[in-house]
Parts: sequence; C-alpha cells; structure tokens
Amino acid sequence: MGRYILKRLLWMIPVMLGIAVLIFSIMYICPGDPAASMLGTGATQVQIEAKREEMGLNDPYIVRLGRYLCDVFLHFDLGTSYMYGTPVIDGLMERMQYTLVIALSCMLMQILIGTPLGIIAATHRNGIADRICMFIAMLGVSIPAFWLALMMVVVFAVNLGWLPAFGVGGFKYYIMPCLANCLAGVATQARQTRSSMLEVIRSDYVTTAKAKGLSERSVLLKHALPNALIPIITIVGNGMGMMLGGTVVIENVFSIPGIGSYMTSAINSRDYPIVMGGVLLLGLIFSLIMLLVDVVYAFVDPRIKAQYEGKKRRKSHA
Amino acid sequence: MRKTNDVMHRRRKEGQFAQVMHRLRKNKAAMLGLSIVLVLIVLAILSPWIMPYDYTKMDIKNKYATPSADHWFGCDELGRDIFSRLLYGSRASLSLGLLATLLSTAIGVVLGSVVGYFGGKVDTVIMRLLDIFQAIPGMLLSIAISAALGSGFGNTIIALSIGGVPMTVRLLRGSILTVRKQEYIEAAEKINCSKLRIITSHILPNAIAPLIVSVTMGIGNTILQAACLSYIGLGVQPPTPEWGAMLSAGKSVITRYPHLCIFPGLCIMVIVLSFNMLGDGLRDAMDPKLKN
Amino acid sequence: MDTIKKDALLSVRHLTVEYTSEGEVIHAVNDVSFDLEKGKTIGLVGETGAGKTSIAKAILRILPEPPARVKTGEIWFEGRELLGLKEEEMRKIRGKNISMIFQDPMTALNPIMRIGKQIAEVIRLHEKCSKAQAVQKAKEMLEMVGIPGERYYEYPHQFSGGMKQRVVIAMALACAPDLLLADEPTTALDVTIQAQVLDMINELKERLNTSMVMITHDLGVVAQVCDSVAVVYAGEIMEYGTKEQIFDHPLYPYTKGLFGSLPDMNDDAERLSPIEGLPPNPADLPKGCAFHPRCPYATEACKQAHIPLTDMGGGHLCRCCRVSEIAKEGT
Repeated sequence: MGRYILKRLLWMIPVMLGIAVLIFSIMYICPGDPAASMLGTGATQVQIEAKREEMGLNDPYIVRLGRYLCDVFLHFDLGTSYMYGTPVIDGLMERMQYTLVIALSCMLMQILIGTPLGIIAATHRNGIADRICMFIAMLGVSIPAFWLALMMVVVFAVNLGWLPAFGVGGFKYYIMPCLANCLAGVATQARQTRSSMLEVIRSDYVTTAKAKGLSERSVLLKHALPNALIPIITIVGNGMGMMLGGTVVIENVFSIPGIGSYMTSAINSRDYPIVMGGVLLLGLIFSLIMLLVDVVYAFVDPRIKAQYEGKKRRKSHA
Repeated sequence: MRKTNDVMHRRRKEGQFAQVMHRLRKNKAAMLGLSIVLVLIVLAILSPWIMPYDYTKMDIKNKYATPSADHWFGCDELGRDIFSRLLYGSRASLSLGLLATLLSTAIGVVLGSVVGYFGGKVDTVIMRLLDIFQAIPGMLLSIAISAALGSGFGNTIIALSIGGVPMTVRLLRGSILTVRKQEYIEAAEKINCSKLRIITSHILPNAIAPLIVSVTMGIGNTILQAACLSYIGLGVQPPTPEWGAMLSAGKSVITRYPHLCIFPGLCIMVIVLSFNMLGDGLRDAMDPKLKN
Repeated sequence: MDTIKKDALLSVRHLTVEYTSEGEVIHAVNDVSFDLEKGKTIGLVGETGAGKTSIAKAILRILPEPPARVKTGEIWFEGRELLGLKEEEMRKIRGKNISMIFQDPMTALNPIMRIGKQIAEVIRLHEKCSKAQAVQKAKEMLEMVGIPGERYYEYPHQFSGGMKQRVVIAMALACAPDLLLADEPTTALDVTIQAQVLDMINELKERLNTSMVMITHDLGVVAQVCDSVAVVYAGEIMEYGTKEQIFDHPLYPYTKGLFGSLPDMNDDAERLSPIEGLPPNPADLPKGCAFHPRCPYATEACKQAHIPLTDMGGGHLCRCCRVSEIAKEGT
C-alpha cells in the first residue's frame, strides 16, 4: 500500500510538469500584450518594447517555457504578478482559504446530503420519495449555479435581508455560495448513489444476506451499502473537480476574494503568472484529492487492495 | 462471410434499436424532454420570422420595462424585447451546446478507437496525456482556453469541447476493450478485414451505446458551461443575445430589475433539464435491468 | 394432493408465482404442489427458466417483489403456513430452519466481507452466543466443508469457485437447518468439483438429518441424491413420483425426452435424441398442455383443455391425457 501511494505521488511530478507546459502554452497564445496593459494607455511604443525586453517577453517560446519550469519546479517560484508586483505564490496562499472553505464544505455537503438522498430513492424505488428525490436531483444538475446564486441574492439578501449579498466574513457569508456551488455535486451524488444501490440490491449476495434471515435494514446497511459506496467514492473526487471549477464563477457572483476571482481578474488584465499559478495550484489540489480518493478506494475494496499489496497473501488454490 | 457477419450485427442492432425506441416511447419524462428539445430547435430555426420584435431594436421608452402583454418577458437596459432576444438567442445557445459536444465527441471517438483498438504504447502515451488534461478541473481548462483564444463563437466551441474529450475517450476505450474481446472481431481479423473497416463497421457500432447517453447529457452540461463562460466575461459576449451573455449583462441591475436575469436563466434550465431527461430515459431504455 | 400430509416437513400447495415486466405478465410458477418428508430429498428437475428457482425463493419468501408476486398458494412448514407469517417471524425461519444454497458461488458471497464473518453473521443472528463463540463455530463450519479454519479472515476473491461454493454450503448449514434448498449447487462448477461438492452435501445432510429440495437440470445429480422427483415444465409439475418410478418408468413425454437426450453407455447410438423445439414463452403459455407444441404424442385434445395430474398407481402422478396409451407402448 505504501509503495502504491509513493508510486502515485511520484507520478504526480510528470503530471504537474505536464499541466505547467499545457497552461504555459495556452497562455502563450493569449492575445494582448501584458507589457502594454501594465504601462497603461499613455505608454509609447518604445516604452512598451523596453518593458517587453525587461520582462523577457521577446524571448522565444522554448526559452520562456524553460525559464518558467525552472522557476516553478526548482525554486517553487510561481513568478511575480504583473499588476500587483507581488509574488504570485503569496497572492494565492492569501486567497486559498476562501476557495478551500467553499470547495471542501461543498464536498462535505455532497457526501452528507447527496448520499442519503440516493439511498432513500433507491430503497423507495418508484415510490413518492424516489420521485421527489430524483426530481430535485434532476433540477440540481440542470440549474446554472451562478444563476441560482443570483436568484438567492435577490431573494435572501435583497428582499428578505437574511443573508449578506457579497463579501467574506463569518459563517453567514458562506451559506449562499456553498449552497449554489454544491447543488450540482449533491445532485450528481444522489443520482449515482441511487443507480449504484439499485445495481447492488439486485446482486446475488444481497439475496444471500436476505436468505440468512437478516432484517431489511441490516441487509441494506451491512451488505448493500458498503458495496454500493465503492463506485461512489470516485464520484466524490470528480465532484471536487467540479466544485473547484465552480468556485471560480461563484466567487465572482459573491465577490469573494478567493483564487477564482483572483484568476478571473488576472485573465482580464492579462496577468498571466497569476492564471498559470492558479491553474497549477488547483490542479495540484485536485490531483491530491484524486490520489486520496484512489487510496480510500483501494482501502475499502479488498480486491483492489490485494492488487496493490502484491502477492504476499496466499492466492486461491483450486 | 463478411457479408453475413455484417448482416448479422446489423440485424441484431436493428432489433436492439427498435426495442430501445419502444421503451423510450413509454418513458413520459424522456418524451417530454425530447419534445421540448425538438420544439426549441424548431423555434430557434424559425426565430427570425416568428419573433414579435426585432431583437436588436432599441426603444428607450421601454427601458427596463417589466413583463406585460406587449413585451411578455419585459425589456432590457436598452429597451429591447427580452422575449425576442431569448428566441433568437436560442440559436447561439443551442448551437454552442450541440456543436461543442459534437466536436468533443468526434475527437474523443477518433482517439478512443485508436487507443482502444491498438492498445500498447499508443494507449499508454495518449492516456497519460489525458491524465494531464484531467488533472485540471474541466471548467478551469475551458476558462483558460477561452481566455487564450479570445471570445467569439468558434473559439468558444473549441474551448468548451476540449474539456469533454478525456471523458469520451475513457468511456469509449472501456467499451471498446470489452467489444474487442468478442469473437466476431477475431473473425473479421482472420479474414483480413482492414483495420479501419474493423474499427468503423465492427467495433464502433457495438461499442457506442454508452456514448449516446453521455452525449445527450453532455449537450446539457455544455450549455451550462457556455453560460458560465459568458457570465464571467469570456465566451460569447454581448450584444450577441446568447443566454449566458444576457444574464451577464443583466447582473449589474439584478436587484432592481430581476426579470433581466430570471428569464434567460429559466431558459437555460429548461433546455438543460430537457436534455438530461432525454438522456436519463435513453440510459434506462438501453439498460432495462435498471428499470425493474 | 389437497390434504396436508401429517408427516410432511414441507407441503407446498397450489403455489402460483407471477412476474410483471414492462406490462407483460410472466407465469413463472403455476399451481405447484408437493410434499417433502423429514430427512428426505426431492428433486425439482427441468430446463433453465422452468420456474424451479422461483419455487425455492417463494418458500423462503425472498422473491424480488416487485416484479415477482405470489399469486396464490400455501406453503406449510412444520405445521406453520409460511406465506401468511409476519416478516419478523419469517426472518427467524430464514437461515435457521430453512436455508438456501445459490446457483452461482461467484456472486453469492459479499465481495468486501471476510468469508468467516459472513458465516459467523448467520450464527450470531440465530443462536444465542458470544461473538467469540460464533467465530469459533464459523471456523468449525469451514473445517467441516474442508477449508482450513485459518482462512476465516480471507475475502471471496481469494477463493476458487469450488471453494466459494463450500463456503456457501457452510453458511447454509451453519445453523443446522431442517430444510435445505439447493439451487443447482453444482452447475457453475467443474465436473470433478461437482462430484466432491455433491458428496459433501449428501454426507452433511445425512449427518444433520436435513431434508432437501434439490433443484437441478442434471438427471445424474437426481440419481445421486434424491428420493423423489418432480419434473417441472413451464412452471408446472408434469410428473411426480419416487426416483425409482421416474427413472424406471417415465410416463410423461417430456420426462421420456429428458432421458432420451442422455448419452447411454450401453447403446452405440450415432446421435442423441434431443427434445425438438424450445421451451414456451412464459408470458404466453400455450393453451391446454404446455408441452403439446413439442410433444410427439400430441393430439387435438392436448391443445384444448388444461390437463390434471392423475395418479398412475403408487403415488406416481402424471399430467398427460394420453398416458395410458403411451404406457402401453412400453419404454
């Protein structure tokens, strides 16, 4: 198991390198001139050219890429923001807490709300509870999160005055962003849990458990659910990716100073080091979460675990 | 031999297809979704002729007019009729969703078949590359690409489609690996069928079923993402009456004139909901075991 | 067969099970009645899809409802009618008094639970004992089916098919049930393993004095373990009698067909004689005798009315209107 985790951690190095190359190349073809936007509209062509030279923007692609990779992976330096003149890494760290609070609480809500909804739907299949749960879930995957956020602002902040409309602060400030952002995740989780449960309920070992004389409840909790949850673990990981992407938009709606709004304003002002740094950081977080998910997966499923533990244990003898 | 082989799958295919359609027709939610999708497509095509006002016509008298008999959904900040703009805008939103999904599926199918059929080194290299793409949350990748390519219809399609490729490849690769082991593939190889022909006429038709569902759901999801992009100032931009762009334009006055945002959002929701209901129905129809 | 036999452990009367699927009604079990005495074994013989498994699942009341539904019938077990029992009462019987061995050992065990725990679970449930005692008993059960007790802590994927079936058998016998429902316990296994498993079932059954309903399509299995035989076709019992009656004097054309499709060591026949045609669609059973479309003896009369079971002497029952003519032909 330890070796497997180590292998996966090592594999993350080429993945992060790949992300760096990818995002650098995407930013390289971005239109617009960062030097010009830094100097403002009053700058002359000569000034801009000098600035470009100073920033190393005139060097060929491969040189710039090499320099960036060197900085990032050898010196852990994500560069300096063109606009603010501060190190990108500081800016990201400062803002990370807001993004992580939203993304992680959304992930938690996805697990804690979505899973029970799916189980209820599966155990009451084709009944009223199933229909209600699945209708909500269907709406959940179909409503644009930022639109829901806007509507909530109109209702709860503007009209009812219950919750703050934007900014950060105490617990209250996070309610609407989290609700809007987790909706799709909760809904996906509920839908997947339901279909996974239904699949498992049909399986032979559940019938075996029933034939032992276990109560309906024990059959579901001890035999069906643990098996049904295994494929759902992957959904949680994917959900995290969705949440991280979603925060970018949600932070904009609620003016939350997280990584997302940092990046979107950077896109508009052509502050590429921030965009690249942000993508790298979110990619790293996402990869770590996916690794965690895979480890949990292997941990709960003895079949997978056995594969990673090598052939230490005695294999079946025919 | 090849003929009979072909005829045999085709016949099996037709039988399956008829069964799937039969089950689909009995699913009310799916049929409702399908009807809404079809109606919206027809409306989008006919919109220049049926919209009550010119979608570009400004009318300062009616600035921010609330919904009324004349203007069903009210008017926007320039006094343009929101209903007409939504009607015309459905062209942009629908075609974004459809074309971007089509493009990502097309790339995904080509890559997926190559990877699934040839396996080996090709498989390793492509799948590892996709690992990198998948390590970036999809929405983030679309945002970055959209920023790089600039706004506009074609660029947005590219930005939206790239994020969907890895999933399609994985899905197709999985089902191809299953089909690949079947004996009729071996039979086709034994009689010297060309690789291209084996892939296109023997493997793909049998491996594509799970893809149909994911494409249907994918259209809905892509429309959502397109709206997100427009909302944060990328993708298709005003004055094009794309639904997300309309939302984006209305957000600054949402506290006073919420109808500028309510209706475009509802439109997005309805169309995405319809695609998802259709997709759900298709999945149930293709895998009837789940139904009972 | 309407009266309940006094000495019978299990009496099934007029059991009818239907499935509903996409608006179609599938008649899986139609008016099945049989008795089983203490310590005896009855074989339910028939093709795949004839409704044998549904009979067993109906006895244990573990049919998936919906889509399945027991339409009519009574199941008497040790003086109690099972179909009318409350669910809690029935739960006490499952695993304790009646247990079942399933067809496919590959899927019958929970893949993420240690096999020993799966056995101990049923012991803990029905017997008043501590956890340690249950573990001990489970290990003993494993030893009894020929698996070392220390493999208690392993998972199903670490066992081969035959070993898994032994685990399933250990689980079924853990509480020394009065009745064992064995649903094709050897079908999914290799031929050599089949014989081992069958011997083991036989031996354990005798040691524990368990009665058994053996569901199979294999006449060899029937010959090895059964006392009486019911031939099931399209959800109906077509012929019923002792093993000797059925094997020595099969009366029903379908039963004859079954024997005709077995290879005979003494006969140098070029070809086997299979039963022509396919089993009927259970959603659309033929009128009259369900077997008439495939029956070489069928007449107009067979297509008209439903034919009752008739006693041909000595408790040998047969559902055929031409049975006396066929009997005269000799076998």
